Amino acid sequence: MTEFSFFIEAVLSGLMAGVMYSLVALGFVLIFKASGVFNFAQGVMALFAGLTLVGLLQGTIPFIHTNNPAFALPPWAAILVTVAVMVVLAILIERLMLRPLVNQEEIILFMATLGLAYVLEGAGDILWGSDVKVLDLGLPQGASDWMLDTFNIYVEKIEVVAAVTAGILVTVLAIFFQKTRIGRALRAVADDHQAALSVGISLSTIWIIVWSVAGIVALVAGIMWGAKSGIQFSLSLIALKALPVLILGGFTSIPGAIVGGLIIGVGEKLAEIYAGPYVGGAIENWFAYMLALVFLLFRPQGLFGEKIIERV
Amino acid sequence: MNAEVTTAEAPAAAAAVADAPENDTAPAEERAAGHGAGAAPAPAPKETLLAVEDVSLAFGGVKALQNVSFDIAKGEIRAIIGPNGAGKTSMLNVINGFYHPQEGRIAFKGQLRRRMRPHFAAAQGIARTFQNVALFRGMTTLDNIMTGRALKMRRGILWQALHWGPARREELEHREFVEHVIDFLEIEHIRKTPVGRLPYGLQKRVELGRALAMEPDLLLLDEPMAGMNLEEKEDMSRFIIDVNEQFGTTIALIEHDMGVVMDLSDRVVVLDHGEKIADGTPEEVQADRRVIDAYLGVPND
Repeated sequence: MTEFSFFIEAVLSGLMAGVMYSLVALGFVLIFKASGVFNFAQGVMALFAGLTLVGLLQGTIPFIHTNNPAFALPPWAAILVTVAVMVVLAILIERLMLRPLVNQEEIILFMATLGLAYVLEGAGDILWGSDVKVLDLGLPQGASDWMLDTFNIYVEKIEVVAAVTAGILVTVLAIFFQKTRIGRALRAVADDHQAALSVGISLSTIWIIVWSVAGIVALVAGIMWGAKSGIQFSLSLIALKALPVLILGGFTSIPGAIVGGLIIGVGEKLAEIYAGPYVGGAIENWFAYMLALVFLLFRPQGLFGEKIIERV
Repeated sequence: MNAEVTTAEAPAAAAAVADAPENDTAPAEERAAGHGAGAAPAPAPKETLLAVEDVSLAFGGVKALQNVSFDIAKGEIRAIIGPNGAGKTSMLNVINGFYHPQEGRIAFKGQLRRRMRPHFAAAQGIARTFQNVALFRGMTTLDNIMTGRALKMRRGILWQALHWGPARREELEHREFVEHVIDFLEIEHIRKTPVGRLPYGLQKRVELGRALAMEPDLLLLDEPMAGMNLEEKEDMSRFIIDVNEQFGTTIALIEHDMGVVMDLSDRVVVLDHGEKIADGTPEEVQADRRVIDAYLGVPND
């Protein structure tokens, strides 16, 4: 293998990993944009969505954790039911968490999402059990032969699927946010609660929509990560990887979440390969945070952020 | 309107339906007319659009409004004036549902409401602007004004996600109306500018545009000319009069510039320390002893 195709391979694999980070970061941005809340539970939501999906696919009986194939749903039905579960979750969050805390400081809401993370993690455990689960949606696995034969580059198929899915998701969300009434209402709520109320936008409806969309994005992230490495409780920790992505891209920018994710994905791969040997390796684990720190020093609003972050 | 309910019987009728406080349709203007307390209102031949009755509002021990009653007739320009801290903005906030008064009632279009949520008020046809401009700063002028159409657009979330078919047609229809508003306010040149970048006077105009896009029956303006220079004030006065005359929109406005208030308004209500101290035509109010005292302070001798 030539030096150049090795470089390309590293960049591609970094991009694919970056897409995964972007997917998680996207969920954060949606909620932060619309309600100013930094949702610490986004990673756990991905986990919960993944657990629910696997449970439905395998016909797991909630609370008992035994699989009964008679209850197993086909993939399309399982995904639809999981989407419905995430919407119900959004409604519950609005009723039980956001509504009583309306007009509170952002930091209070942030603390509430911390609590939500633990509640959801516990609920996932009680409902579906705590063992590592294999997610088999029939997504393509293994290396792409075509890429290997033509360019002599190793690319995993699931990563290509993830990239395409993320692309579609972002396009739909961007159109939704920029061009439609509800998108405008979402941005309006993010800008000024009082003014939004005065033109007749209902805050609770908007919050339910935002949390539902974030739940669906979490489901997509859960599927992609789950298909790659199984649904397990460490999935909730990918939320931590999303933090540097957000600092890079800006907390309020959807394109920022994507570009930030890609930069971090590629950056940590290249740093590991080319700078790693000089410092004894394992750069991949801390490179993202280091990069975020540099950004905090020199450009705290991120690449695409609207203003200096004063909320988190 | 239930013409058979006479003024004398109205309180009894109100008591009888007290169990259903949300929707009392007793004729409000008759009751308001029977409420002769305080300064006598000017003869109001027109239909009452909004009647405020005995409204009291307190924040803890601070009494923002005390037993305030007045009405707004259909098609008039009604000014609410008073020294700083008189409760003017609180009054507007009560009318559009931001605050819920502890006592008193508000009848809009003859329908009594005890508690009103802001988005319900908006759906009923009450639009407003704010003392400190409350625009969606990241959005363009056009998008800001389009939010005023939020309640009039009906297509579901799925159509909108697709941004295709009926949802797109609907979007275009409303866009057309918004373009009329933009023409009317003479802000074509800033259609695509993010409002955060606009000078203050233009921001105020965009805010008025957003309220107009709601096609309101009652337009509440909270200090529409605060911080404006003379030319901007003249423009804004012209828009207010045009809105009132061309669209027949009823307007309630808070303003500190007395020249403007006296020129624009048909009737004026004066608040001081949360109480109504005068109500009448601009000439009557100007001559009122208590109003002069409130503005200039009462001499001690």
